[in-house]
Amino acid sequence: MSQVSTSKDIAFLKGQAAVVRIEILKMLAQAGSGHTGGSLSAADIATALYFSKMRHNPKDPAWKERDRFILSKGHAAPLLYTVLALSGYFDRALLKTLRKIGSPLQGHPCSKLLPGVEISTGSLGQGLSIANGIALGLKMDNTNSRVYCMLGDGETQEGQVWEAAMTAAHYRLDNLCAIIDNNGLQIDGPCCDVMGLEPIPEKWKSFGWHVIDINGHEMEAILKALNEAEQIKGKPTMIVARTVKGKGVSAFEGKVQYHGVVPTQEELKKALEELGENGK
Amino acid sequence: MGSREEQQESTQNTERKPMATRDAYGEALLELGKKRKEVVVLDADLSGSTKTAKFAKAFPERFYNIGISEQDLIGTAGGLSLTGKLPFASTFAVFETGRAWEQIRQTISYSSLNVKLVATHSGITVAEDGASHQAIEDVALMRVLPNMTVIVPADGIETKQVIEAIADFNGPVYVRLGRAKVPVVSPEGYKFEIGKAHKFYTGKDANIIAAGIMVSAALSAMEMLKKDGIDAGVINMSTIKPLDNDAVLEAAKASRLIVTAEEHSVIGGLGSAVAELLSENYPAPVKRIGVKDTFGCSGPSDELMKLYGLTAEDIVKAVKEGLKR
Repeated sequence: MSQVSTSKDIAFLKGQAAVVRIEILKMLAQAGSGHTGGSLSAADIATALYFSKMRHNPKDPAWKERDRFILSKGHAAPLLYTVLALSGYFDRALLKTLRKIGSPLQGHPCSKLLPGVEISTGSLGQGLSIANGIALGLKMDNTNSRVYCMLGDGETQEGQVWEAAMTAAHYRLDNLCAIIDNNGLQIDGPCCDVMGLEPIPEKWKSFGWHVIDINGHEMEAILKALNEAEQIKGKPTMIVARTVKGKGVSAFEGKVQYHGVVPTQEELKKALEELGENGK
Repeated sequence: MGSREEQQESTQNTERKPMATRDAYGEALLELGKKRKEVVVLDADLSGSTKTAKFAKAFPERFYNIGISEQDLIGTAGGLSLTGKLPFASTFAVFETGRAWEQIRQTISYSSLNVKLVATHSGITVAEDGASHQAIEDVALMRVLPNMTVIVPADGIETKQVIEAIADFNGPVYVRLGRAKVPVVSPEGYKFEIGKAHKFYTGKDANIIAAGIMVSAALSAMEMLKKDGIDAGVINMSTIKPLDNDAVLEAAKASRLIVTAEEHSVIGGLGSAVAELLSENYPAPVKRIGVKDTFGCSGPSDELMKLYGLTAEDIVKAVKEGLKR
C-alpha cells in the first residue's frame, strides 16, 4: 500500500464515499427503519479503510493476513454492509433485504450470517476489547495485519471502553488503530448535554494512546492519519475524527432526530440529487 | 453397589484424595498448555485463587492478566478466539457471569465463539467472604444463553476430564468450579462426555439428580436411605446444558420421585432444568434441593451447607417427604 496518496486516489475515494452514502440512504429508505445519521457521519472513514488502506480479500473473507475492521458502533450497520457489498463480499442486491426476515443483514451486524463481518456488535462499548484480543492474537502470530476499530463518541460513555483503553496501552498494541466518529450527537441530544465527553484527545493521551485529531470528512486527512498510525510503535493510536452527523445530506446534517430515523421517499429523492445521483 | 465399595476402597489411593475443583483446573490447564500451543489464558487479577497462575508461570507469553475488568476480559478473550487461539477466561463465578453477562451474551454466545469460561469460587462454599462473592445464580445466567454449554464437575478427577473435553469441543462453554476441597466421587475408569450423565445407581423408589459438590452429598444420602429401606439412586448430571434428557426420563420412569440437588439457587439451575423437562414430557413429582431464593452469608462452609439445607440429611428428608405424598 502506497503511503503517498495521489490526487487521483483522493478523487476516486471522494466519489466512492458519495456512492456509499447513496447506497446507505437507499437501503434505509427501503428498510423503513435503521440508523441514518451515524452511518453517514462515518462514511468517509469507512470508505478510506475499505477502498484504500486495508488489506483484505472479499473472495477470501477469512484470509489470515487480512487487516480487521471492528464496527463497535454496530448501529452503523448500513455503512458496514454498503462498504462490504461494494468491495464484493456479497451481491449488492442483498442490501435491499436490510432488516427483513431471513436476511443476513440484521439490524445490527451478525458475524454468523454475513461474510466480512468480523464479529457481531450492536450492544455498545464492546468492540474495543474484541479488537484488543485480535491485536494480541495477531502479535502472537507475528503477522503484520492491523486492526481497526470504529467507536461512536457517545459509546465512550460505556465503562468497558476505558477498561479496553487501559488494556491496549498496557499490552502496547501498536497494531491497533481505533477511530472515534465524533459527530457530537447521541439519541437523547448533544453529547455535551447528555454526558460530557470532552476533552476527548486528552483523555486518550492520558490513557497512553497516540492521538491524532482530524476532520473526519477530509479524505486526505483521514489517509494521512491512518498512515501515521502505522508508523507509531509501542502504543495504540486513536484517531479522533470530528464529523457531522448525517453528513452529505443537508437536511439531516447535525440534526439529532436523524439518529434512528430513515429518509422518507421525498427526502431520499432530494438527498440523492444532492449526492449527485441522477436517476441511477 | 459393588462399584461404590470399590470406590471407597480406592480413596486410600493418593490420586483420589479430596481436592478442590479449582486446583484440578490449575493442573489440567498446565497439561493442556503443554499439549496445545493455541491455548491462551486470561484472568482478572485473581490468578492465584483461580489457579491459572500455574499456567501463567509456565507460559507467560500465553497468559494475559486483564486486571480488575471482567467485561474487558470477556471481549479480549473473544478477540483472541477470532485469531484461532483457544482462550480460557477465568475469574470468580459471580464476576464472570454476573458483571460480564451481557458481554458474554453479545460477544461470546451470540457469535458462538470458541471461548471457555471457567469460573471458580461458585456457590456458598466460598464461605467467609459472604454473599457478595457467593455465586448462586451463575448456572441460571449461563443456561439461558443460546449456544452455551454449561458444565458443573463433581470432583477433581472429573474437572480434569472436563477441561480436556471442552478443549476439543468447538463452541462457548461455561464451567463452574469451587473453592473448597471435595471428595472424589468419580468411579475408577470414569470417562466424562459432554451431555452425558453418570448413573451411579438407579433407584426404584427415588432418584437423586445432583451436580457439583452435591453429588457427594447425594451418594451419602443414598446410603442413609438404604438403611431405612428406601431404594434411592444417584445421577451425576455434570452437564446441565445440554441436559441428558434420556437419563432424567429413565430415572423418572424407574421410580416415584425425582430429587435434584445443587449448590445454587433453586431458581434457574439444575432443578429448574429437570423440572422443565419432566413437566412437559413425563410429569413426575420433583423436589429441589438448593439455595431457596435467598442470598448466602459469611461462615465456615460446612456450617453454611447446613444453614442453607444442602446436606445429605436434607436430601434424605426431601426424599422421605416426597415419597409420603
